[in-house]
Amino acid sequence: MTAIATRPETEHRGTTAPPARRRDSERLFNRVALGTLIALAVLWLVPLAWALATSVRPAQEVVTNPTGWFTAHPTLKAYGEIFDAGKLPYWYANSFITSILTTVLTVIMASLAAFALSQTRFRLRRAAFVMLLAGIMIPGQVLMIPQFLALQSAGLLNTYWGVVLPQVPNVVAVFVFKQFFDGIPRELIDAARADGAGWLRTYWQIVMPISRPAVSAVTIFVFVGVWNNFLWPLLVVTDPEMMTLPVGLTSVQDVFGVPYAQLMASAVLGAIPLLAVFALFQRRIVEGIAGTGLK
Amino acid sequence: MLLPFALFYLVFLVGPLIYTVIAGFFDTSLLRSGLGDFAGLSNYKAVLGDAEFWRTLGNTLWFTVLTTVPLVVLSLVLALLADRFVRGRWFFRFAFFAPFVLPSAVVSLLFMFIYADQLGLAQEAVKWFGVDTPPSWLGDPDWAMLSIAAATVWWTVGFNFVLYLAGLQDVPREVHEAAAIDGAGPWQRIRHVVVPMLGRTTTLVTVLQVIASLKVFDQIYMMTSGGPDGSTRPSLQLIYDTGFVEGRVGYASTVSLLLFVVILFVSLVWFALVRRAEKEN
Repeated sequence: MTAIATRPETEHRGTTAPPARRRDSERLFNRVALGTLIALAVLWLVPLAWALATSVRPAQEVVTNPTGWFTAHPTLKAYGEIFDAGKLPYWYANSFITSILTTVLTVIMASLAAFALSQTRFRLRRAAFVMLLAGIMIPGQVLMIPQFLALQSAGLLNTYWGVVLPQVPNVVAVFVFKQFFDGIPRELIDAARADGAGWLRTYWQIVMPISRPAVSAVTIFVFVGVWNNFLWPLLVVTDPEMMTLPVGLTSVQDVFGVPYAQLMASAVLGAIPLLAVFALFQRRIVEGIAGTGLK
Repeated sequence: MLLPFALFYLVFLVGPLIYTVIAGFFDTSLLRSGLGDFAGLSNYKAVLGDAEFWRTLGNTLWFTVLTTVPLVVLSLVLALLADRFVRGRWFFRFAFFAPFVLPSAVVSLLFMFIYADQLGLAQEAVKWFGVDTPPSWLGDPDWAMLSIAAATVWWTVGFNFVLYLAGLQDVPREVHEAAAIDGAGPWQRIRHVVVPMLGRTTTLVTVLQVIASLKVFDQIYMMTSGGPDGSTRPSLQLIYDTGFVEGRVGYASTVSLLLFVVILFVSLVWFALVRRAEKEN
């Protein structure tokens, strides 16, 4: 940034014509902005980079020099120990299954409900909409006790359904779909109806195929939300083989206590799946979240 | 078509809410089936007279202030800066948003190591600035909440950043150009033209952030379990501890309902703000 301050152009600002002066201030501003952004972006990457660096260092080295970054003897030993100690393959599978199940159920039920609210006319439609709106204000976590008791009495503790079902009624998902469906031209629906298609067929064959953006937006935020949910699976799952990844990872922590190479290896293993998905579909994910109609 | 969703909605949201209201008036316990004896307002008296209820609520509000202010301001600044560059924007988006897709368990593991006494980067980093005896970040009651808030900012700033970037897309190019022709410098344009146009996004980001912060649990539970000396214990952990660990469902339901009222209040203020803004347009 000192280089910018001593740039020759800035010194005889007073003599240059206004447009040139403005260009200068513009350029200076851009450089400061870029410098700040890069510095912060690097700072933001430090925790992940450090975790990765620590996880491949030999345990002995981490003890003698905990804040070192590089090692001459990189090793994957910590990763091996994590696999041996925990039930990592189970946790990956459980997280994957529960996330997929919840996402599919949410997409179907929320889009059906949104279709009914957006395209059909029925008595009490307005009342149903207001009630749904009220649902946005009910924070699920506050209801954990009665939800737990309900699942307990249904015998669903330590099952996939126990993790999945309470996460299905997602009011925001309905709103995202409704917003999208409201923009579909009325003629399209009317034409399908005139051809004798029932509501269900209109929904499935006409509306859903053109609603990809809404489907992918809901898929993304529901999947990430369920994959990362901690409190709910912590409550309903106690069997190590039924744990999801976030809950399982915290149980590893209890086993290892201090050895940080192993802890960081487990953090990296927990970070990899969604980071990989994010790196691959960065654009679509960001657009999906931005386009949820919430802005 | 509404039926499947309505069924889930009633069973998992409306039903539990009604149960919470009712259980608040009973001496319900996790160890006995049924609601237990009618207790009238005694749960409310107990909760409102319990210093721990007020302390956890205070912790929750303190955490909300500590996270909402930087998460709104920093994400706005980052988005305003990143919006100026087309090339390289993917890199900033990746750096700031990537932490958001991490599970809270991973974030907690990372920062427990970073904040660790003697071993962690955070103590090492302040030593570079000449502080010889850095505080115990998670072990000192004066620092623990600040440290957790900082980790939370790192974790979730990307989400607000993306919402702001989307909001900036709606600011027409011509507005920039017109202001530039009028002689406004970049800083003036941002302050007097762009930021006011982002008003709607700012309201949304702030309210979503306040509601999310009021529900904090995961990272505190994992990093300090509410300690040291309960200095970071949030309301949701009080519900968890009294309800599931001690089995006092009636008491925990009352705390739930009071927290719900706080969150409801925030949401209603938001609706009022949005409605007023829409009327003005």
